[in-house]
Amino acid sequence: VTERDERLEALWRTPPGLASLSGVNHTSVGLRFVVTGFVFFLVGGVLSMLIRSQLSFAGNDLLDAKQYNAAFTLHGTAMMFFFAVPIMLGFGTYLVPKMIGARDLVFPRLSAFGYWCYLFGGLLLFSSVLFGEPPTGGWFMYTPLTSAPYSPDRGPDFWLLGITFAEISAMASAVELIVSILKTRAPGMSLERMPIFVWAMLVTALMIVLAFPPLILGGTLLEIERAFGLPFFDPGRGGDALLWQHLFWLFGHPEVYIIFLPAAGIVSTIVPTFARRPLAGYTLVVLALIATGFLSFGLWVHHMYATAIPLASLGFFSAASMAVAIPSGIQVFSWIATLWNGRPVMSTPLLFVLGFLFIFVLGGLTGVMVALVPFDWQVHDTHFVVAHLHYVLFGGMVFPLLAGLYYWLPLVTGRRVSDFTGRLVFWTIFIGFNLTFLPMHLTGLLGMPRRVYTYADGLGWELLNLISTIGGFLTAAGIAGFLLDIALQRRFSPAGPPNPWGAGTLEWAIPSPVPSYNFAAQPRVEGRDPLWQAPPRAGYLAGPAGRREMLVTSAVRAEPEQVVVLPGNTWMPLGTAAIVGAFFVGVLAKAYLAALLAAGAATAAFFAWAWSSASRGEAEVDIGGELRLPLHYAHSRSPGWWGMAMTLVADAALYGSLLFAHLFLWTLASSWPPAGHGDAGLAAPGIALAALAASSVAFHLGHHGAAIALALAGAAVESGALLASGLSLSAHAYGAVVAMLWVFAALHIAIAVLMAAYLILRRHAGHAERHAGPVVALFWHYTVAQWAAGFVVVHLLPNLLSA
Amino acid sequence: MHAAVLAAASVGLGGCAGVQSALDPAGLEAGALARLTWIMIAGAAAILLLVMVLVAYAVFRSPEKRRPVSSSALIVGGGIVFPVAVLSALLVYGVPLMGELRGAQEGALRVHVTGHMWWWEVRYRGANGDWVATANELYIPVGRPVAVSLSSPDVIHSFWVPSLAGKMDVIPGRLTGITLRAERPGTYRGQCAEFCGAQHALMAFYVVALPPQDFDRWLEGLRAPARAPAGEQALRGRTAFVDQGCGNCHTVRGLVEGRVPAPELTHVGSRAWIGAGALRNTPDNMVTWIARGEAVKPGRAMPSFAELEPATVSAIAQFLAGLE
Repeated sequence: VTERDERLEALWRTPPGLASLSGVNHTSVGLRFVVTGFVFFLVGGVLSMLIRSQLSFAGNDLLDAKQYNAAFTLHGTAMMFFFAVPIMLGFGTYLVPKMIGARDLVFPRLSAFGYWCYLFGGLLLFSSVLFGEPPTGGWFMYTPLTSAPYSPDRGPDFWLLGITFAEISAMASAVELIVSILKTRAPGMSLERMPIFVWAMLVTALMIVLAFPPLILGGTLLEIERAFGLPFFDPGRGGDALLWQHLFWLFGHPEVYIIFLPAAGIVSTIVPTFARRPLAGYTLVVLALIATGFLSFGLWVHHMYATAIPLASLGFFSAASMAVAIPSGIQVFSWIATLWNGRPVMSTPLLFVLGFLFIFVLGGLTGVMVALVPFDWQVHDTHFVVAHLHYVLFGGMVFPLLAGLYYWLPLVTGRRVSDFTGRLVFWTIFIGFNLTFLPMHLTGLLGMPRRVYTYADGLGWELLNLISTIGGFLTAAGIAGFLLDIALQRRFSPAGPPNPWGAGTLEWAIPSPVPSYNFAAQPRVEGRDPLWQAPPRAGYLAGPAGRREMLVTSAVRAEPEQVVVLPGNTWMPLGTAAIVGAFFVGVLAKAYLAALLAAGAATAAFFAWAWSSASRGEAEVDIGGELRLPLHYAHSRSPGWWGMAMTLVADAALYGSLLFAHLFLWTLASSWPPAGHGDAGLAAPGIALAALAASSVAFHLGHHGAAIALALAGAAVESGALLASGLSLSAHAYGAVVAMLWVFAALHIAIAVLMAAYLILRRHAGHAERHAGPVVALFWHYTVAQWAAGFVVVHLLPNLLSA
Repeated sequence: MHAAVLAAASVGLGGCAGVQSALDPAGLEAGALARLTWIMIAGAAAILLLVMVLVAYAVFRSPEKRRPVSSSALIVGGGIVFPVAVLSALLVYGVPLMGELRGAQEGALRVHVTGHMWWWEVRYRGANGDWVATANELYIPVGRPVAVSLSSPDVIHSFWVPSLAGKMDVIPGRLTGITLRAERPGTYRGQCAEFCGAQHALMAFYVVALPPQDFDRWLEGLRAPARAPAGEQALRGRTAFVDQGCGNCHTVRGLVEGRVPAPELTHVGSRAWIGAGALRNTPDNMVTWIARGEAVKPGRAMPSFAELEPATVSAIAQFLAGLE
């Protein structure tokens, strides 16, 4: 350990004790995600034990109906939202920079902020149990059961607000990972040299950016309907119960692959290590990951086969649902080929991978079965589907997760891994799992529906349920054994060598336990498995350490481009998340004024956060190898610009979901706007649009003040026109949706104006930065484009089609 | 393990029999789906076995003795060619089945079923074109398609009789439908399959498939008004039934006309179950249901009439038992 290493450690580390909460380093944040995610896994697991206990016998009364319904609602919610996605994002947060030869993620404060949103959102949701008002409407929250008339308690509010709060974290992590992967790979790590796990995280993150917005929108609309009576889902007032299902499954099906792809990435990392051979069919596997991402957005209707959707569209969705088996097949056979042509060495991680292969292939095969519409008519919403989804999710995600935890444990602890106890844990979980869920296929085919807190005897379900319960408890014992094993190894195992498995990926080039800066000098990468090829040449940013610096490289070829100065430890993420939390608690408590104040404070916090970013000092820095690079604030395409671009992709998905809701409700109405509801015509909205377009031109020419004035004028004209048209918010879904579109557009104008004002202030304060202007410009032009899309859907199309 | 279950299940279909089993079909659609199920289970088991044999060979056969394989041939063959072939065959077999099973049916008997939280209202056409209702039981003639139209005044339910057909959701604001066709007489159990709130588990119903002549006789009986009470106690029960306001919700044709959706009781005495599968229809259970029903099915719309004299409750139960 050199003196420079010590200085680097002091510069990058997360402080000990309570002050560690101010740490933003990806190693700390990643571990926080993984540990918290595992705690939620245990919470969900305890709930599943309650469920299994209740179903042990016909007519069991351990739980009453409400308790049982709360148990399965919270079980699904914990597992899907608070365990599976966050723990995989935690893996990404922890591993991606190490695998791509970076020192940290590119927006450290963002991932720290995301973590706190995740934790607080989870605490908010699960606090409903303490208040005696847990959500009982299922993790899918179908309307109208969760609408105010049928769920007047606050259970759905706890759910909707907790989930939305926590999903800020998924969105933040996704933007973070995309930009980090595209822009901070070690020099030489072109896209075709990127580790498969990183590819999987990239595709996953892109899917999150597109898939979570429909859920966030649906949740927002439902909360507004519950709180203020705007009828989005109420069939009596022009809304529709199935709109929720479309929005939910537009999220919900990609969600399954959002959980599975990182797990597949873990498997593709572990298999080559123990086969002692690079992954076979690398390019095909990458294409398979991308194809899965695409296809997963075309499958959502396969959760709705029994909702009387026309048979022709069912045929399409059936074929698309089956097609997703092909990319999975490619990966399975790539793993087999890698093992076949390698010299496999058995070990605990590989054992878990083999268990995964059995369970996942079985789950995939039953997945093909339920993708076939007529078969699904029988088994939909039965225990057959419960069995199927656990084979896919527990087999497809938990087994790779446990494999990954055993695999990377030596990197985290620097200690040896004992193989014997790991095998014991594996067999307990493997046998327990199959004992629970294999018979459950039959339980479903014998007619047992899901989500029933009790069942009659004499239907042939008793023995099967008892077996499932025994298997469930065996699985739980296995998980307890896993925890014990990890704890003991962490405590008692002797120190081990670096790279104990002889792996080829870059994270094993880091000494273990890992230093907080990962790489004392950033390496140049020459191949796909750098440690198996020429050892990486250390080189860049090896000079004296004075601040957190990291290379930014080009997106495709990963050539050095700029140097980003990262912020250090700060309480801002925690503080901002607490303010955002105050907003959600305010909405939950119906203290809307307080919520509004919190929203304002959160906005201010974000601007303070931006203001505190470094941007003064030299414009260029020497990175070694005779290269001088601009610092990020002297570059017009800084990581911030990429972050904004990704955020806007998510924002467009959110707005697109709202436009989808508008068009979907239109298809159900006989006329649009419905009879008796005002239409603002085309004149005033046209003028508003022209003003907005002019503001874009003004902004482009650098007249920020004029741009602000034009945008505000346009927004005022549009608002006046809508008000004058006599729009009613509560009489019909039309008014409700148009009002939401207006709110959306107005919020964007407000943010754009604040950002432009920020630019003006920043210039006055003497910051000669180049990176901020393009970021705001991007947001500004996007806002105007979004406005134009809204104009077409709300004003132009109805007028054209009714004329 | 999968193969073992398959073997165990196919040795004697005894393990699959049941009034609510998709593997013991008694209807046209359920029969086709059961066949499809067995074909797919057999195919899935074979594929699983094949893949596992390949995995075991790749991992456990010693590398010296293993025959080398072209990675790309294995991946393309196993991961693309094979699934495309199998899935295409499955789609060609399975997708046209949808139209065959759920297309329009000639000469169907029309029945309307309404899913309520948490019971089923069943209506048939009366002699003069109006509707006659019953609850939680659906009688159908064997061999004739029965077009069941479905609606809900509250939340989403799903209509499902596994022995006869797959399920169809019952969605507020929409009219959906499904065609049942029983191939043999019998009693089959159905149950709500879409989670619909606290008592989703206690929302069962029975389908009774009768030979056509028996069905016609049954329908005649349904159209008839309620029987007059036989005996002193039943007569007192009828008076109490009216006095306690039971008729504000429940209809007993010829006696009271309910104004709130509630199970029609005109012929409740002939039903085998009460409370949508919550209890068998015995006089004792009827007493429980009236006096303490909220303990049996918490959250049901009807309050418990715990303050009524036991004798009065028994009399009402007696009266209802006589409504055959």
